[in-house]
Amino acid sequence: MRSVTSGGRRFGPAPGHLFVSGYVVLLVAFGIGPALYALYLAFTTNMGYWAGIDNFTKTFADFRFLPAVGHVAAYLVLWLVSLTVLVVTLALVVHSVRNRVAGSALRFLYYIPGALAGASSVLLWLFVLDPSVSPVAWLLSAFDLQTFNQVIAPGNLPLIFTVIAFWTGAGSWIVVLYGALNTIPHEVIEAARMDGASALTTALRVQLPMLRKWIAYMLILSLAGGTQLFVEPQLVSQASFGVVGTDYSVNQLAYLYAFNQNDFNGSAALSIILLIFSVACAALFVARGRLFDVD
Amino acid sequence: MSPKKVFIALAALLTISACGQPVGNGKTTDDAGANSPYGFTTAAQKDGELLVWVDSTRLDAAKAYQAAHPDAKLDIVTYDGNANGSNTLKTKVQLFDKAKAGWPDVAFTTDNNTAAWASQPSSGFTAPLNKGYLDQATLDGFAKGALDPCTVDGTVYCLRNDLAHVVLWYNKKLLDQFGYTVPATWEEYTALGARVAAEHPGYIIGTAGDAWAPEVYMWGSECPANQVTGAKAITVKATDAKCARAASMLDTLIANKTMSTLSLFGADFAKTQGDKVLMLPGPNWYGGAVFQGTIKTPAGEIGVAPALKWADQPAPVTGNVGGGAWWVSSHSEHLDAAKDFVTWVTTNDAYQAELAPGYPAYSAAAVKWLAKQQASGYWAGDIGAPITAAAGAVWPGWGAPEFSPESVWAKTVIPGMTAGKTVTSLLPDWQKAIEQEAQVFGYTVTK
Repeated sequence: MRSVTSGGRRFGPAPGHLFVSGYVVLLVAFGIGPALYALYLAFTTNMGYWAGIDNFTKTFADFRFLPAVGHVAAYLVLWLVSLTVLVVTLALVVHSVRNRVAGSALRFLYYIPGALAGASSVLLWLFVLDPSVSPVAWLLSAFDLQTFNQVIAPGNLPLIFTVIAFWTGAGSWIVVLYGALNTIPHEVIEAARMDGASALTTALRVQLPMLRKWIAYMLILSLAGGTQLFVEPQLVSQASFGVVGTDYSVNQLAYLYAFNQNDFNGSAALSIILLIFSVACAALFVARGRLFDVD
Repeated sequence: MSPKKVFIALAALLTISACGQPVGNGKTTDDAGANSPYGFTTAAQKDGELLVWVDSTRLDAAKAYQAAHPDAKLDIVTYDGNANGSNTLKTKVQLFDKAKAGWPDVAFTTDNNTAAWASQPSSGFTAPLNKGYLDQATLDGFAKGALDPCTVDGTVYCLRNDLAHVVLWYNKKLLDQFGYTVPATWEEYTALGARVAAEHPGYIIGTAGDAWAPEVYMWGSECPANQVTGAKAITVKATDAKCARAASMLDTLIANKTMSTLSLFGADFAKTQGDKVLMLPGPNWYGGAVFQGTIKTPAGEIGVAPALKWADQPAPVTGNVGGGAWWVSSHSEHLDAAKDFVTWVTTNDAYQAELAPGYPAYSAAAVKWLAKQQASGYWAGDIGAPITAAAGAVWPGWGAPEFSPESVWAKTVIPGMTAGKTVTSLLPDWQKAIEQEAQVFGYTVTK
């Protein structure tokens, strides 16, 4: 018999390596590779010479940079807070539904909007937000919003983008957190109940701490997506015939640099800034959420 | 020489020859490449489909060409036509410039900002048309000044599809019914607005909710907000008295609700104000696009009056709202087919006189277009004379820079107006926004 094992280990790639290999290939091709190219572009001139931090100082000095950062920051705060609070609450509520049919129906309902691809759901919202065609025009009217331009006033945009993002993205997180709640051993919940804990106390003292990793995971991915805000303002800009500028978010500004000003180096500098910010925040969430701690 | 040295020498040679290779194809014959008689370096010519980019309105032009040329191989792609400062064409072309492939052979745009960037050596997307590619006779057939937005330093880069000079549209039936006469000056127009507000509230005499409002009101007022004085130089005086008078007029009319702030092509306008349009200063293409298209005014009601003038102007000067143009890619591998296509769609009566929604830039077609419009029986009275007169009255002091002044207005002034601020109070913001936008594109700004 041919020996394929030695000291209990197989020769050749472990199944685990095989499983992640596909991901690694895509990560290198579409993540690390482009990031390295952006890093190269960010520190060079368009002729390929060393530019130092010129591209960064140029983009910082751009009159559109700080407003764009402000817009994205306002959106992120609104979105991440509402996402965390509402998704956790809804997941706990769905989990506490005893009726199996009702539970599945609710999960399915939450998940449906997520099945629509990003751009198409924004298009759907453009109709919802235009008082002249909106099925909820009475609601908009209650806030004294009679025209589309009033709805998309600059001050309303972070809230609008939050609502759109929540509607499209929250459903799948509710399902993920519901799954996470299912991993909490039944005995733990039972023990809490035996000790006289109410449903609220159980949620706050037992379930929430055990969900910490999942919430951190959700925040990291949502933050990465949120800092790259692009499709929503871009489509709203087109729908409003330019009343919302095409320079609303940092990512849009990077797009303008590359494809309107033909300045790929400035665009790369903006991308690097976004990358640094996202990685720093992700590191914070990983540390605070103890994402990689082994129980 | 050791093999290693040979290798290094070869590598060095290759690098040098790669750097020295001319842009375009390396193969040069007598009538191709850098020696082409067209005045630009041409690509190797091949058979194949002609890739044509049009907006949805000009899809008819491409279809008409296909119908007239059943053997022509066309790949027609519709896009937003670069409208409202969307910069779609620029975005895509810069991507194609990077990839060195993918350019459309022929593109239609609705804006006047394409020549400023696409003719620059950094892109070189647009082919010069008057350096041997098109016949001078064809170019001479366009109306005087029609090719100005296409021209940079004497080189023509596009063929204008239509002219978009502003006239005064009015509903003759309603004016007669209310007993009003058509105003000749902006002052009379403003005064009539006050009467309409008092006597027939709800009716409107203009709209200012679109990105091109400054092209109708500011340009026509000789407002010096957008004077392009050189390839990279612009003079911006948006708070000048001539801008202020137009702004103040808009404020008065918006306040008495005779000036709508809705977008003409938004869903609201047709629904709420479509049948309340008494007058509408706007480009000649409003006739087809707005009255016959969006708001569907019944036949026999709409007339055209000469462009309005300010009392101190000896004769009217008008603005220009778009007026599309056709561009040929200098990278095209089907230059003969492209030439035939752009010449046909801009000059042939089968499209320009029969189907085109706007006043043709090609003079011979314009005469027939007007005759056909007149014969349609839709219009109340003679529309030919005022439209023809206004065609030559576009004020040349409003330039076509690399960025879109419409989009600057849209994102600076319109949100302010929506929030209830006056246009007059927003002029300094507009000034600042134009300056900043110009500086982003490397313009030297004179205030």
